[in-house]
Amino acid sequence: MNDTIDITLNGERRAVARGATLLELLAALDLDPRAVVVEHNRAIVRRLALGDVRVAPGDAVELVHFVGGG
Amino acid sequence: MATAVETLRDTPFAIGGRTFHSRLLVGTGKYSDNETMVRAIEASGAEMVTVAVRRVDLDRTKQAGVLYHLDPKRYFLLANTAGCATAEDAVRYARLAREAGFNEFIKLEVIGDQETLLPDVQGLLEAAQLLVRDGFKVLAYTNEDLVTALRLEDAGCAAVMPLASPIGSGLGLLNPYSVRIIKRRLKVPVVVDAGVGTASDACITMEQGVDGILMNTALAAAQDPVAMAHAMHLAVEAGRTAYLAGRMPRREVAVPSSPLEGMLD
Repeated sequence: MNDTIDITLNGERRAVARGATLLELLAALDLDPRAVVVEHNRAIVRRLALGDVRVAPGDAVELVHFVGGG
Repeated sequence: MATAVETLRDTPFAIGGRTFHSRLLVGTGKYSDNETMVRAIEASGAEMVTVAVRRVDLDRTKQAGVLYHLDPKRYFLLANTAGCATAEDAVRYARLAREAGFNEFIKLEVIGDQETLLPDVQGLLEAAQLLVRDGFKVLAYTNEDLVTALRLEDAGCAAVMPLASPIGSGLGLLNPYSVRIIKRRLKVPVVVDAGVGTASDACITMEQGVDGILMNTALAAAQDPVAMAHAMHLAVEAGRTAYLAGRMPRREVAVPSSPLEGMLD
């Protein structure tokens, strides 16, 4: 059995570890959970719940933060 | 709040239950580098600073988030929904922004036309209603239309932000009459957002009696953004003080300043 699954991450297809939680996904991307907001299949996942939510094949995950803007 | 002049007393500038000392709000976009941005914001004296919500660059080819450079304890962050073309998108961005955990204020933009970046007032009102119901303090970017401004106030917006001229145009205050009448008719703060190009524009805008100005490109695209930020700081104070002082009436004929009596034969 393949140990990775494909998800859509920030609009791009990406292979991630099967059964990974969102918190593990951030760690694998070297992202600080305090510095990003996570949207999982269009629902915001609060910081404290990131370790409870696992990604499944075909899921859409968006990782956003604040950038310069007017 | 005391102005430089002892006899003039200004009312505090409060939005959504928070009081700010500076009537100048600034953006963080389009600066050539982050150090210039930070120094310009400091020079502007602004306390409220806008930011945008965007995807994290997973390949790290772009610079880190703006909070890496700007201390969120020092500045009050006002997230925007820039780039959103529908009420649904704007609500989605606003909720993501709130989740970042700083505050429940949102600068609401729903753009209806890509060339002029003018607002889609129908989508704007719809999004404002949804966000107010959801507990947001909404600062709505709109055009200089009184009826839309009144409806945004009715929808529960914390502030209404008519444009001086299109975003990034630097054309200055094109319709002072409309901005004045919006200010006169609304109870919530009116902050002019977008279009100011240089210090005189900011001064003339504040002379209309509006509560504040939000600007970004006028600073970021100046030859010297830090010096322009300082100039804008002075211009906003000058314009506000002139408004409070009350200007002399305009006359189409000359009126001598020196006495007519006592002239030699």
